[in-house]
Amino acid sequence: MTIQPLLSVRHLTTEFHLADKQIARALEDVSFDVMPGQTIGLVGESGCGKTTTLMAIMRLLPASGRITAGNVYFNGTDLLTLSEHEMRSLRWKDMAIIFQGAMNALNPVMKIGDQIREAILLHNLMQRQAAEQRVDELLEMVGIPRLRRDQYPYQYSGGMRQRAMIAMALACSPDLLFADEPTTALDVMIQAQVLELLKQIQKNLGLAIVLVTHDLGVVAEMCDTVVVMYGGKVAEYGPAELVYNQPQHPYTQRLLEAFPDLSRSIELSAGSHRPDALSGGQDLATIPGTPPRLNALPPGCRFNPRCNKSMEICTQSAPKLVDMATPGSGARQLAACHLLNGTEIEDL
Amino acid sequence: MNENRTLFKRNLSDFWKAFRRNKLGLLGGFLVLTAILAATFAPLLSPYMPTEVIRDANGRGLTFAPPSVHAPLGTDDAGRDIWSQLIYGARVSLTVGFLAGFIAMFVGSLFGILAGYFGGRVDNLLMRVTDVLLVIPDLPLMLVLVATLRQMDLRISPLVVLVAVIGLLYWTSTARLIRSQVLTIKERQFVARSRAIGAGHAHIIRKHILPQIMPLIVTNTVLIISTAILVESGLAFLGLGDPTKPSWGAMLNFAFDRSAVTNGAWWFYLPPGFAIVWVTLGCVLLGNVLEEMLNPRLTAHHLESNQNMIAIQKQGGE
Amino acid sequence: MTVIVVVFINFMLFRVLPGDPVRAVIGRNVRISAETQQALREQFGLDKPVFPDQFFDTLGQWAQGNLGVSWSLRRPVSEVLMSKLWNTLLLIGLGQVLAIIFGVTLGLLAGWKRKTAIDMGALTFSLVAWAIPTFWLGIILLAAGSAWFGLPTAGIVSPANTGKPLITILPDLARHLFLPTLTLTILYLGEYMLIMRSSILDVLSEDYILTSKAKGLSDWQVLWRHALKNAMLPIVTLIALNLGFTVSGAIYIETVFSYDGLGKLFQTALVKQDYPLLQGAFLLLAVSVIIANMAADVLYAVLDPRVKET
Repeated sequence: MTIQPLLSVRHLTTEFHLADKQIARALEDVSFDVMPGQTIGLVGESGCGKTTTLMAIMRLLPASGRITAGNVYFNGTDLLTLSEHEMRSLRWKDMAIIFQGAMNALNPVMKIGDQIREAILLHNLMQRQAAEQRVDELLEMVGIPRLRRDQYPYQYSGGMRQRAMIAMALACSPDLLFADEPTTALDVMIQAQVLELLKQIQKNLGLAIVLVTHDLGVVAEMCDTVVVMYGGKVAEYGPAELVYNQPQHPYTQRLLEAFPDLSRSIELSAGSHRPDALSGGQDLATIPGTPPRLNALPPGCRFNPRCNKSMEICTQSAPKLVDMATPGSGARQLAACHLLNGTEIEDL
Repeated sequence: MNENRTLFKRNLSDFWKAFRRNKLGLLGGFLVLTAILAATFAPLLSPYMPTEVIRDANGRGLTFAPPSVHAPLGTDDAGRDIWSQLIYGARVSLTVGFLAGFIAMFVGSLFGILAGYFGGRVDNLLMRVTDVLLVIPDLPLMLVLVATLRQMDLRISPLVVLVAVIGLLYWTSTARLIRSQVLTIKERQFVARSRAIGAGHAHIIRKHILPQIMPLIVTNTVLIISTAILVESGLAFLGLGDPTKPSWGAMLNFAFDRSAVTNGAWWFYLPPGFAIVWVTLGCVLLGNVLEEMLNPRLTAHHLESNQNMIAIQKQGGE
Repeated sequence: MTVIVVVFINFMLFRVLPGDPVRAVIGRNVRISAETQQALREQFGLDKPVFPDQFFDTLGQWAQGNLGVSWSLRRPVSEVLMSKLWNTLLLIGLGQVLAIIFGVTLGLLAGWKRKTAIDMGALTFSLVAWAIPTFWLGIILLAAGSAWFGLPTAGIVSPANTGKPLITILPDLARHLFLPTLTLTILYLGEYMLIMRSSILDVLSEDYILTSKAKGLSDWQVLWRHALKNAMLPIVTLIALNLGFTVSGAIYIETVFSYDGLGKLFQTALVKQDYPLLQGAFLLLAVSVIIANMAADVLYAVLDPRVKET
């Protein structure tokens, strides 16, 4: 009996209508699965579509955004078919999000405790008294002293605000947590704390986490599965071990080349051997060239202009995802590159 | 040298294109332009002199006559043509407004630049002064000042008095605006670099700061002028203008004092006000469109309509 | 600190005002002997050096509430001012409150539903309202109101009702107040609308609004619970700033509607060159605006927790 994925994104395609009538194709044919209790990392450079993916799933795209194709199955239901009203009751209760730059994502004129309580009461999970208690529990869970619940965001440090956001995100015990760059803009010590916190929470509450980041070290430390995105498409997708040790896509290879310590075989189970390179904040090394402009995409493969292994076919057609894992190993490692001759896949 | 000129021309044509696209800006420009033209060509456009009394067949003044063929906007309480008064009044209103506006703009920009650039005590002093001026209610202060100046028997035309008073009180908003802009510019790299190579203050201000704040100054001037015109009309309405050279505000003063309202002579009190609105609105529209072009608000907010978020195209044939 | 400056300015201004006060009191009657003139001067304290004697004398008098005697009305200035103060407060207060209520609501809707009909309409209205001179709108409404609706054209209450207790004359008062208040409201509404709209647009672009939406709040809930309080902060500042301008507006409106308040008093004093009255009125107006500004600062600090600490 196979476990059903908690979240199943299929062929998600979005575009943005820009000011001067141009259209930016932000996401194209993005697919991946999130199993219950699993951590999946979404990596890539700025602008590759990681955040857009999260926003599209939660249907929080800005006014210029459109989802033009695909399905987003959550516990079997396609979120894209729900009404806004139904979506609202789902938000936060079943899936919550910690935004990038979460330090500013709190209302400055409202007490922290009240903001958290609002989330609980909104979804009618319990009475007011119980909600108050839960707020205290949540704050304790993230290591914020109970006494500080009546303070305002400006009285918290950056790291504390981040933790408050986490507490708020967990308020309704969601099954799925989206974390968009949770450690960026924090200093190194705090980064480690926040990551530790997330790992603990996941262990204790068994929720699934989709971690968006450009920090490969963080992903290596926390994630079971990795999705590498480039130019709005999935470049590579598979178990973290396989992707890190045997990267198939040229882009992934280049990324990992910058982190020699990571590409060695590492124990990726929780809490074990931590490679030296993982002091947090390790950014992507520069690959010459710049990411493609989404309203003026190159023909064929999107990575082609910066690829050092490009062939003629790369300018003509976009590669499809193929499975490069050893047949029968039980795992799947997908990559989209013309160089590869793996097994074609049907359902993704 | 030539490339500077071509660059300038290209910028100008871009500017014109963007400007043309904005209908409201064009409207504003039209309104202001017509007013200026009317004022300039006043003698050509008015059938009578504003002080001339139109007489009927018996030689009596045609007082409070409604609009007719002879007088398109009727006559006032002494039989003078309103239309002519209106056209000539444009000269006064516009002149006072523009002059006062320029003075306010000049003083404001000067102080703003000085305060922003030199900072420290100069800045503090300026802030104090603007704070005080901001707090004191403007009209009472102006009335008192005008009364004082008039009393002093200085033999200046009352209009000059108005220009001076308005100009000297309305520079504060400009000053603050320019100051904050200068502060941001000052922080930028090239200023520090210029200082490092020994450039003098005047040089830096002229070459680096001034070009950057020029657009802001221009926009602000247009808006200040509109305020100046409004304020002048108010002061004139209260009787502080020049009775021999009535502006639109003064015309309204006459209308009110000489019972145009009770006599139902709407042609007396409506047109001058309408003219004021015409020009003021024109300036505001112009100013707004300039501001839009300088600081366009691009991003939508989070609650903006998203009914089209899911726009999944159906595959053909289903 | 500002108060001191204002007081000083006031004093200097009026001492500079030539037109020998004594002469004005006496009028055109030049046949008064030089000795009598000198005696009068002494009585008014005008023979002492201006500074510091006259200055501190006057200051002392003002502190005691003695603002001199009105030349034209032959009553103490402070008494005259007090009797008219409430009328103006009523007018301004009503006008501002209505303008705030309507303006803020309209601004909220306009910013929320940007670029829709309501936004465009509100913007147009504000734009035009700004360009309309206060007194002109007053004149138009006066003409229209009296001609079409028979509304009174002057005064606060009909002459027959002067001095009667408030309750009985309420309808009459309302009729008289209607047009002037309407004028004020229309004119100030536009400004509040614009500021609120701009404020709401800023607030709604903030990250915490997206968080609220992500929590599952409906648009209306987001507006009401999170956006509104943040957006109202600039309005408080605006109200304070506006007080100066409202006073100016009152001068025009009270003149047009012959409404017996401070504004009309000011204008009359100006015309009649009644300097003590003018000076006293100016002092009162300036000081009240300053006090109101300070109150607004306090209010702002109460509303915005971030400010409290400073």
